[in-house]
Amino acid sequence: MEIKDLSKSFILHNQRKHIHAVSNITITVKKGEFIGITGKSGSGKSTILKSIYGTYQVQEGDIWYESSHYGAINLAKATEREMIYLRKHEIGYVSQFLNVMPRTTARELVTGAILEMGQTREMANIETEKILDHFEIGTELWDSYPATFSGGEKLRLNIARAMVKRPRLLLLDEPTASLDHDSKVKVKTLLEQLMNEGTTMLGIFHDLEFMNRLVNKEYSIQNGCFTQAVQ
Amino acid sequence: MSVLEVPVLSVKQLNKQYGNGCSTCNYMKLGKVTKNYCHECGTVYACRGVTFDLHHGEVLGIVGESGSGKSTLMKSLYFDEEVTDGDMYVAGFEDGKKNLFMESAQKKRFVRNHLMGKVYQNPILGLKMNFSSIGNIAEKLISAGNRHVGSMETRGAELLEAVNIPIHRMKEEPRNFSGGMQQRVQIAKALSNNPPILLLDEVTTGLDLSVQASVLDLIKGLQRDLNISIVLVSHDLGVIRMLADRTLVMLEGKVIEQGLTDQILEDPQHSYTQQLVHSLL
Repeated sequence: MEIKDLSKSFILHNQRKHIHAVSNITITVKKGEFIGITGKSGSGKSTILKSIYGTYQVQEGDIWYESSHYGAINLAKATEREMIYLRKHEIGYVSQFLNVMPRTTARELVTGAILEMGQTREMANIETEKILDHFEIGTELWDSYPATFSGGEKLRLNIARAMVKRPRLLLLDEPTASLDHDSKVKVKTLLEQLMNEGTTMLGIFHDLEFMNRLVNKEYSIQNGCFTQAVQ
Repeated sequence: MSVLEVPVLSVKQLNKQYGNGCSTCNYMKLGKVTKNYCHECGTVYACRGVTFDLHHGEVLGIVGESGSGKSTLMKSLYFDEEVTDGDMYVAGFEDGKKNLFMESAQKKRFVRNHLMGKVYQNPILGLKMNFSSIGNIAEKLISAGNRHVGSMETRGAELLEAVNIPIHRMKEEPRNFSGGMQQRVQIAKALSNNPPILLLDEVTTGLDLSVQASVLDLIKGLQRDLNISIVLVSHDLGVIRMLADRTLVMLEGKVIEQGLTDQILEDPQHSYTQQLVHSLL
């Protein structure tokens, strides 16, 4: 994947404001690489991820992504339908918040994600149990609502839900924020496994120590511009 | 290289006006027209050039303030109102090649009875209040060509069970039911002919939170299991966020913005949409 000269600004009509979030961002991500982005709050880290995922409309620049379905596709100009397909099958997004339908159990959540991929229900049921077990979510939690989970459990469930789709590209928006040490270690192990499986990942981290032990390449961002790239 | 997809429902340049229009408002010259209302002749331009596609298994949300033309659009799609001009193509009818708005009333009725289901905001419009609940469902089944009483009864009971209406009350009239139950009977009725397209107009407005929740769960479940396409009108952004894949924003009869639902909610472009999103509690 290649991001070229990405710029994004927000126009707030009622306050008559024009906010430049990021400008001229260029990142090259090779297949199987894990790229880390660091920077202060408000520096534009999440903006980059959300632009890739299509949550933000990109004004300038290109985001070339090598899709297995569409071939090379510019995500900055992809249609809504293309984006929906890619989200369902190729690009996963994990944030620190778990956004789910209320009254959906952990089991249904994961099963739903598998069904979206076009699997049969029996396969999905089997796969769900496997994955929940793999992500060390206790069996007693499987049929309860994620709203009642602890922060660490929610996060693992969030990653689990993104992972069942075996995304080619995984975007991580501060996946370790507000986690205790043990939970972080668990998340780290999971991320390492994903790396070994060849998943390409792009992540935002506040915890530099944690990140340094994982990523191949690190970019640091200040006021919407890159300051340095470290191997 | 993108794969060509055929939309289940395609609407192009739909216009609906109430009134004949006059020389001052025909070309929507500003000045005499405030919002979508002409002061000269009193014509209301309810839908102006509405264009969208609905794809297989997709939920399309439509948001907008009261009077923005959402319900008029839904009525036009279900042929409750005759449009002023515009095109509509449905995949299940003549391979989606014929403009339905130009077809005869029989053809429209065929599409309505076989390919669509609609749930109205007001249950009085969608149900015969003095028929039994199961009779209401049978009405839709009969218009879709069913004649076998036994099989219709089985189907009706099955549907009412799916929407959590107790079986022992299925012969009861909807007017005895609570608003939430009436809404669920409407949903059962709309689904009875297995329509590939479901039109939902403010289905959860006015329902209490727990009933709203069960109606939403039901819709989500139906969409997931039957993979039907849904047009969902609501002014409740929470409902839209939960259910819709894509969203259109309407203002004064026009679609002012459209996009992926999370994009509309997190990165709204139009000033009205920004105001709307920032009003979300």
